[in-house]
Amino acid sequence: MTGRTSRLREESLAAEPAISAERAILLTEFYRENEGRWSVPVLRAKSFYYLCEKKTIYLGEGELIVGERGPAPKLVPTYPELTCHSVEDLKILNSRPKTSYRVDDACLAAYADTVIPYWSGRSLREKIFEALPAEWHQAYRLGIFTEFMEQRAPGHTVLDDKIYQKGMLDFKKDIARSLADLDFENDPLAYDKAEELKAMDISCDAVVLFAERHAKLAESTAAATSDPVRKRELMKIAANCRWVPAHAPTDFWEALQSYWFCHLAVITELNGWDAFSPGHLDQHLISFFERGLAEGTLSREGARELLECFFVKFNNHPSPPKVGVTAAESGTYTDFANINLGGLLPDGSDGSNEVSHLLLDIIDEMHLLQPSSNIQLSRKSPDAFLKHTLRVVRKGYGFPSIFNADSVVEEQLRQGKTLVDARAGGCSGCVEVGAFGKEAYILTGYFNLVKLLELALHDGLDPASGEQLGPHTGDPASFTSFDQLFEAFRQQLAHFIGIKIRGNRLIEMIYTRLMPAPFLSVLTDDCISRGIDYNAGGARYNNSFIQGVGIGSITDALSAIAQLVYDEGQFSLSELAAVLDRNFASDEPLRQRLLHKTHKYGNDDDYADDIMRRVFDAFFNEVDGKPNTKEGVYRIEMLPTTCHVYFGSVTGATSDGRLSGTPLSEGISPVQGADRNGPTAVIRSAGKMDHIRSGGTLLNLKFSPGMLAGEGGIDALAGLVRSYFKMDGHHVQFNVVNVQTLRRAQERPSEHRDLIVRVAGYSDYFCDLSTALQNEIIERTEHTAL
Amino acid sequence: MVYGSQATPVATGTVFNLQRYSLHDGPGIRTTVFLKGCPARCWWCHNPESQDPHPEIAISSSYCIACDACLLACHEGLKPREQCVLCGDCSSTCPTGARSVVGSTMTVDDVVSQVLRDRMFFEDSGGGVTFSGGEPLSQPHFLKALLAAFRSHEIHTCVDTAGLCCSDALLEVAPLVDLFLYDLKCIDPARHLEGTGVDNRQILENLERLSTVHHNIWIRIPVVPGFNDDNEEMERLARAVAGRHAVRQVWLLPYHETWAGKPERYGKELPIKARTGVTPPAPEELENFARIFRDHGCTTSIGG
Repeated sequence: MTGRTSRLREESLAAEPAISAERAILLTEFYRENEGRWSVPVLRAKSFYYLCEKKTIYLGEGELIVGERGPAPKLVPTYPELTCHSVEDLKILNSRPKTSYRVDDACLAAYADTVIPYWSGRSLREKIFEALPAEWHQAYRLGIFTEFMEQRAPGHTVLDDKIYQKGMLDFKKDIARSLADLDFENDPLAYDKAEELKAMDISCDAVVLFAERHAKLAESTAAATSDPVRKRELMKIAANCRWVPAHAPTDFWEALQSYWFCHLAVITELNGWDAFSPGHLDQHLISFFERGLAEGTLSREGARELLECFFVKFNNHPSPPKVGVTAAESGTYTDFANINLGGLLPDGSDGSNEVSHLLLDIIDEMHLLQPSSNIQLSRKSPDAFLKHTLRVVRKGYGFPSIFNADSVVEEQLRQGKTLVDARAGGCSGCVEVGAFGKEAYILTGYFNLVKLLELALHDGLDPASGEQLGPHTGDPASFTSFDQLFEAFRQQLAHFIGIKIRGNRLIEMIYTRLMPAPFLSVLTDDCISRGIDYNAGGARYNNSFIQGVGIGSITDALSAIAQLVYDEGQFSLSELAAVLDRNFASDEPLRQRLLHKTHKYGNDDDYADDIMRRVFDAFFNEVDGKPNTKEGVYRIEMLPTTCHVYFGSVTGATSDGRLSGTPLSEGISPVQGADRNGPTAVIRSAGKMDHIRSGGTLLNLKFSPGMLAGEGGIDALAGLVRSYFKMDGHHVQFNVVNVQTLRRAQERPSEHRDLIVRVAGYSDYFCDLSTALQNEIIERTEHTAL
Repeated sequence: MVYGSQATPVATGTVFNLQRYSLHDGPGIRTTVFLKGCPARCWWCHNPESQDPHPEIAISSSYCIACDACLLACHEGLKPREQCVLCGDCSSTCPTGARSVVGSTMTVDDVVSQVLRDRMFFEDSGGGVTFSGGEPLSQPHFLKALLAAFRSHEIHTCVDTAGLCCSDALLEVAPLVDLFLYDLKCIDPARHLEGTGVDNRQILENLERLSTVHHNIWIRIPVVPGFNDDNEEMERLARAVAGRHAVRQVWLLPYHETWAGKPERYGKELPIKARTGVTPPAPEELENFARIFRDHGCTTSIGG
């Protein structure tokens, strides 16, 4: 790091996340004045223009890449059109022990006096909750599933290479062409399309204006600067902001600044999930990098410093504050912007290059919470690239995570994408697969696979609430075979997937009609050519996902029943259910037996692993291929973020020996501590899942640093990854810390504020995690080599 | 059976552990097969369960929840160890795994099918299978049958031996072994006998003979405080190893206390030296010993 980037990094780390009411106030002003004056898309575009015109802009001392979403770093705006926080919500955000956001009195007053009086009853969240049926609310309240879109907009979107070839002025030409081509004679939707295209055009102007304001600020700052070096930098910044994103960038610096303006615009327009991501940054930058070096306009050190400044920008942007269940399922400051390295070029050749290695060095040196980073490893990726990555992984920040680029392509081909689009795709968020720049791939909520067994064991009754939550699937005393129990489980699954998908469709329609995203649509093919919004199915591909949680726990719970009740006849299913209802009170020996003497997923034990496959198939069969409202279909993913802790808290004791209320297994990892045969056995078990039929799976392996020591440790880890990927494994990530370190951090958090651990699909500061999640991470098996 | 042509009359043996993802018993990702039984009684042995050639009961008292399931299961009412007939009923009823039987009879087929589960990892990392113990050559026929079977599957084989066997047995398996991990402890005969309970003449003679017929040997030397951790002994060891073309690498393995808690588990008396407390060798000291070997032209590493 240079002195500049080291200081910017420190400032970013030290800044405290706080809520800024500015966006909410501006938006309220605009809506009070203008609601109902234009079509919905045009109203949204004009409100976005208003924000770009009026919001406070910021240019930090020494910055080379400019622009902030809030008035200053780590000041986080709110989106009252989606969720209008109550004064009580804001006070909770201010005071909650983890992932808090400072809320000052002025902000509280603005909310009480201006924002809440207007938006109360008008926010999308309220409209969604009002429209959803009672059965949906009951399942949501009792912990069967979560709902992503109740306070954040559909997002999960990544940019492709288009902004490096075109500027906003070029997109405006495309929009004009599309408008001119509308067929008002034969296309009954032509009027809607015209409004949408007008909205896209306005949003392009808004972003150009936003950049121009930064150009002016840079010029005035330069005028007031005596340091000639900084003055030159500021004049270059001004020139950058005047040229991009209006035009395609001409050099490395402009390329980064152009992306950053697009990023800010997307996360200002709406608060879409997972912010926004640059995708294959190394592939996008390599031509600018090489040209700059060849022409002598860029040095390697200069490129490195620019990238470091770029990284700090991501870290300045904590996720918009979530409340309620959604805060529990994703309790983190990280907003999941994720950079892909390596992968494949559209022609199928290896995509790693010198910038990939430069970025790995920067990830290593900066180790910031944001942006997340991953490598896309294909059969064609050189070992040098993998090993460079593993040397960074070994430091224990939990990133980069490692994806199987060949599986990522194959998964997308199964979904019907073209080969070129699939290769240009990759992963974002935690582990989700999408066609970058061409797809709205929307995660809709986590799904509690484990609680369904609890319902099947009680004929649909939820023991905790006493409510009849699920359908009557039979008295467990009447199940004479494991197959009958599994069928009851499957029927519970089918019932709630039905409720979830019907609810999702309703929410999709609400977004389609009330909350278009014209600027995001400009950046997503084929919204312009089709004249249809991102939130209305304008993207080339529109897959929606439901994310299964707890496959390890449900597998072990079912496996214990198959073995002890049906194979060995040790006790009846009703007797076991009664023990679970008592949460093993006075049944500790039985609980120990369930923990230690039954077949467990994660040990390369086909008895358990076959049950895992059966659960996966049941989940897949209920979800995959069901239509959404955007000419796309539903698919499954297997990832939890932090939701395995929340789902565990609402799920009673389970027959794998798990106590009531404790966390479920995360991702497709084995139950914490259940894997006893080391990492190759875990990988063999996980490899038995058919990853190609998912849209992403998450496998966490935890190592003590000693295991990875020396080149031998790196070589072995590289072999481990390559083998898993030959089995079509989708993703693997490594936690490299020892248990003592974590315990010390728990006791003395102030001394370990920089301790980053891999949580689920992302890394987080250990001390920011809930105590339950901290304990859970400590318990995850620490694989120890002899 | 792929290895049928090489099958010997004894195709079963006693195995006490199959350790997957073993990184320190040869190159790459390996599965180490631990064969039970060893003539030596090194006081620092970190696998005391490897010594007795027969299965035995292990008790990890920290896992015991005093549920008395073992008492009820034992037909004789939990006899003392000497009278135990190893029926295994106590360990199979034990809910926590606090009681277990260490060591089981396995066929060559059993071992092969278990180990081959990780074949892909071996191939991707340049690993394979390692036979350790105990002294794996204390089950020479079983070992030979295993080696032949893995050779037929094109799996890289290592044998981790202390050379405590008759030379004929060693030379008979040698052609089936890709890499020997050969443990040397001490050249001084009296010290060797005192520390390990066995004479070292056979060990040295076996090394001599092996290095004339085999060409890929790693020497592994535990550096044990008060036993061999002085310059004179290291010098003697280095001279014994130096100049052998077959010896590709020397590893100095610092004494560590991973054996802690193990003797109690097998009802074995804690070795007197261990009870009095021993400090593991300091890194500078190890570096100094490594230099002695390097001065004799040996490629030498610490750890592993």
